[in-house]
Amino acid sequence: MSDIKNYTLNFGPQHPAAHGVLRLILELDGEVIVRADPHIGLLHRGTEKLAETRTWIQSVPYMDRLDYVSMMCNEHAYCLAMEKMLGIEVPLRAQYIRVMYDEITRILNHLMAVGSHALDIGAMAVMLYAFRDREDLMDAYEAVSGARMHAAYYRPGGVYRDLPDRMPQYRQSKFKKGDALKQVNEDRQGSLLDFLEAFCGRFPKYVDEYEDLLTDNRIWKQRTVGVGVVEPERALNLGFSGPMLRGSGIEWDLRKKQPYEVYDRIDFDIPVGTNGDCYDRYLVRVEEMRQSTRIIKQCIDWLRVNPGPVITGNHKVAPPARENMKANMEELIHHFKLFTEGIHVPLGEAYAAIEHPKGEFGVYIVSDGANKPYRLKLRSPGFPHLAALDEIARGHMIADAVAIIGTMDLVFGDIDR
Amino acid sequence: MSARLDQLCDRLKAAFAGRIGEPVFALGELTIEVDAANYVDVMRQLQGHPDFKFELLLDLSGVDYSTYSNWQGKRFAIVSHLLSISHNLRLRVRTFADDEEFPVLPSVIDIWAGANWYEREAFDLYGVHFDGHPDLRRILTDYGFVGHPFRKDFPISGHVEMHYDAEQKRVVYAPVTIEPREVTPRIVREEQYGKGGAR
Repeated sequence: MSDIKNYTLNFGPQHPAAHGVLRLILELDGEVIVRADPHIGLLHRGTEKLAETRTWIQSVPYMDRLDYVSMMCNEHAYCLAMEKMLGIEVPLRAQYIRVMYDEITRILNHLMAVGSHALDIGAMAVMLYAFRDREDLMDAYEAVSGARMHAAYYRPGGVYRDLPDRMPQYRQSKFKKGDALKQVNEDRQGSLLDFLEAFCGRFPKYVDEYEDLLTDNRIWKQRTVGVGVVEPERALNLGFSGPMLRGSGIEWDLRKKQPYEVYDRIDFDIPVGTNGDCYDRYLVRVEEMRQSTRIIKQCIDWLRVNPGPVITGNHKVAPPARENMKANMEELIHHFKLFTEGIHVPLGEAYAAIEHPKGEFGVYIVSDGANKPYRLKLRSPGFPHLAALDEIARGHMIADAVAIIGTMDLVFGDIDR
Repeated sequence: MSARLDQLCDRLKAAFAGRIGEPVFALGELTIEVDAANYVDVMRQLQGHPDFKFELLLDLSGVDYSTYSNWQGKRFAIVSHLLSISHNLRLRVRTFADDEEFPVLPSVIDIWAGANWYEREAFDLYGVHFDGHPDLRRILTDYGFVGHPFRKDFPISGHVEMHYDAEQKRVVYAPVTIEPREVTPRIVREEQYGKGGAR
């Protein structure tokens, strides 16, 4: 028999299952993966270096562009780290708004994760339905910030502005008129909170539909059960967090264990897997969507009855109200200094982390007291997950590589930074 | 300082007397500094010893202190963030590379497999070498990239730019033509600035 050498396959960077710009060098023995070598950095924009040359507030929109399917969570970690260093109290209403939008973001992210994972391994429909719900949530983003994705809504000291009293409505067009128009505007008659409450009412049923499509689906189970198993000890050693860690049976969620904002006042559960395979991680994500809906509902109830400020009154950090700025000399100076020079963060260092939909997203800041960071390090959850791809995929069939990439919920804005 | 961090601080002092600097507590976080010589030993104990049990290496990053405030110490640091799930505690460990020209530190990949890419990243961006790392390649920058972009003496606009050359029918590299531009200057204010009453 002639020698059969291992076959090397180049997967990506332009491949629909590569979730962006992953380039994967797969060394194959027949159909079995012997070695997987991910090449990353194709989306490296040097966010951390860029932040060193921009004022603190100018870097907030960069955070949106890290993990571009869970935008507000990235901003959240950055704002938390800054607030820690500045020693600022965030108004309670702003904390509730942040928690609510974090959970909206979690649903957005998990819909994308589950939808594209299913799409990658052959179930088309879930993705299409998922985008129906994502649309509603992105409308909620838009209502509050004016942008569907890159919101830049969280600011150090609170959030940019209060929730709107009126939800924007569709106008009549060639495609939407009559009954169709009435139907899409049905939930948009009231405020943003009414719109979200209606969403929370119907969303659990939609999650049931996703589960109908996948949970007991024979093909889905054949592709995910027992694939990409990670033992709990190994998951820790590899630096996993989020659903990747919980899927392996370790009950670790920063929202419960090291609560930030108002998570300690909110009632929710953490789903945990048992086998640590792709299927368990899928179940964890689905259950997290249900729990997020629960959290959003509690936030809505609180926000309805508790008006108040949404950003700190410290005008060295947050701009004064427009009206005061026009009438008050001191506020005018504050406004001018804030927008020309920016915030000064005291000398020191801080690390703040949040339970991002993908895992622990951390921001490590070193400041030398200037109006710009001295060093900003972003701890992205996807980075250690992808690093472990070689170990997880080894010995699997080539088709399983796609299932494993899908279950890791990779987004390259976040990994490459 | 909270009681649990206090306890951790005492345990650290007891276990590593003479091998670590005085633990620093600031903003609710505990930081220790370790010499390069004791780095791996200390890290191994932090991971394995039942008093510490820092199972997770969350983050490992380089820092270039060359232009930091009025810095007198060594230039390159590696900062690790550890998390103990058993004790629900966090710890920051900082270690400095002795040589500025050729910074070398031992690798912790044997202790936490997750350190693999973090060390590659620190090598790529800061040029810190990790002794014992099996696969120390560049990770984020381009194939064939020259230099370490996150060092403070590396310009934000880089050294080369690339474009597609229609005649040669390939992408070519050329020295950068853009000038670095600073819209808002970097300003450090004296301590009492803007507080009033200093007239």
